[in-house]
Amino acid sequence: MNGRWKTWLLVGLGSATVIAAIYFPYLRKRVKTTAKIEQPTEEQARRELTAPTAVNASDPVVKVRMFWASGEDETSLAPVTIDLALSPEPVLRAKQVLNTLLAGPVDSDLRTLPPDAALLAFYLLPDGTGVADFSEALATSTPSGIQSEQLAVDSIARTLEANLPQVRRLKILIHGQEMETLAGHLDLTQMFVVNTKVPQPGPLMMGAAAKPAASSAPATRPLNRGVGTSPKTPQR
Amino acid sequence: MTSAREQRQPLAKAALGKQGRTAAKRFAAFVAACIGICAGIGVVRAQTAGQSEAAAAATTAVPTAVALPTNVAPQAKTGLNIVVLDPAHGGTDSGARGAQGIRESDLVLDLTLQVRRALEAQGFQVIQTRSGNENPSFDDRSGMANAQYGAVFVTLHISSSGLPGTARVYVMPEMASRVNAGGVLSWDTAQAPYISLSRKFGDAVQGLLAQRFKGSPNNAQTASVRQLRTTAAPAIAVELASVSVEDRSQLDKMMPGVADAIARGVAAFRPSYVLPAGAGAQP
Repeated sequence: MNGRWKTWLLVGLGSATVIAAIYFPYLRKRVKTTAKIEQPTEEQARRELTAPTAVNASDPVVKVRMFWASGEDETSLAPVTIDLALSPEPVLRAKQVLNTLLAGPVDSDLRTLPPDAALLAFYLLPDGTGVADFSEALATSTPSGIQSEQLAVDSIARTLEANLPQVRRLKILIHGQEMETLAGHLDLTQMFVVNTKVPQPGPLMMGAAAKPAASSAPATRPLNRGVGTSPKTPQR
Repeated sequence: MTSAREQRQPLAKAALGKQGRTAAKRFAAFVAACIGICAGIGVVRAQTAGQSEAAAAATTAVPTAVALPTNVAPQAKTGLNIVVLDPAHGGTDSGARGAQGIRESDLVLDLTLQVRRALEAQGFQVIQTRSGNENPSFDDRSGMANAQYGAVFVTLHISSSGLPGTARVYVMPEMASRVNAGGVLSWDTAQAPYISLSRKFGDAVQGLLAQRFKGSPNNAQTASVRQLRTTAAPAIAVELASVSVEDRSQLDKMMPGVADAIARGVAAFRPSYVLPAGAGAQP
């Protein structure tokens, strides 16, 4: 009995060794094949991340006001009304609107934002602060100058104001980081007032409730860095 | 019999003694001179201590508050005497660049020299934030203005776009003023108490520019210009359009007119210049 048990054990071990020897080359081949599957490049990952927000078929088509450069005076903005399927959900809606703004008007000369810039993320804080995170191209490809940088920020702020009443002020990030300026001039450490009709909470009143400037151009006004913004959970 | 060497020894000792006395005298004179120089430096430092502290406070790498100078004669506090001119960019930051190789940083330096001459002809003292191809930080540039009493600040730019041959003046939009503990104006919002003065100043200059350069607006525009935010003085940005011109001479032709408009604008603004209440820690 004892000898037979040993025999069976040896036979079992021998069989397992033979099976393993047969299976091992196959397993090795499979590992190699899996490794050959290409990892997505950084550019592919960026494209996937920045792909236009999918339009849901159930989203209602509404009139949207976009602010691009005026055909008559390229230093000012003009509203253009277009039909767009927009989500009722504010963050998705903001992404759809900003992606349309980035895509630009039919006349590319009237663009306010560089064609290679992309919206990476948009957050909406409970206090109405919209945080728009753009790719580096917004900083590197926007023409350097107070006028051109102001036009770019104004077009973003005014387009949000026209289509998203929930957004009261705007913070612009570049690739997730706070930048000192957009392209050497315009201050990005500040927040910009978007919706002047909605009362600003507490400390922001000092900046937001100030008298309108005597100057002719409507400009996006900054708010002081960090004032009145609480690090609450953002919607994304 | 004495050797020649032994005969020379007393002479050598005498010579050495003479040399030693001379060296001692020289050493004493050197020590006296050092003491004199040190005492002189001490006196000068004591006299200029206030200025140095104010300048140091203004040019700290990461400033948090504006400490205004405290050693200025009373009559100097009441009027506008100094214009701080800021040729933007410089160093590796060339600013806007035109297709013809026009660089904003070079052009604004030339413009600054012309503005300086026009202002000095009006009797103003002019301070430049840079005179060569260096690139001080935004805070260092602001610090040069913040260390002065009776100063206005003008930062000069050339745009990438816009209607060529026009000039625009920008001032900061309204912003909340923050005062630190001890009543010192916050560096981050140093411009806040001066915004209404800046607007007056900007409108004065823009009005004159509009007369000379058709297509320019009549009033100053508002824009959140980083350089202006930390400047504790009436401050404007002047931007000419643009580096996209085919030939640099088009911009060169604008410069005398711009310089004259700025100098006349500063002179016109001078009577309005009264430091706002609460503009930092007033002495």
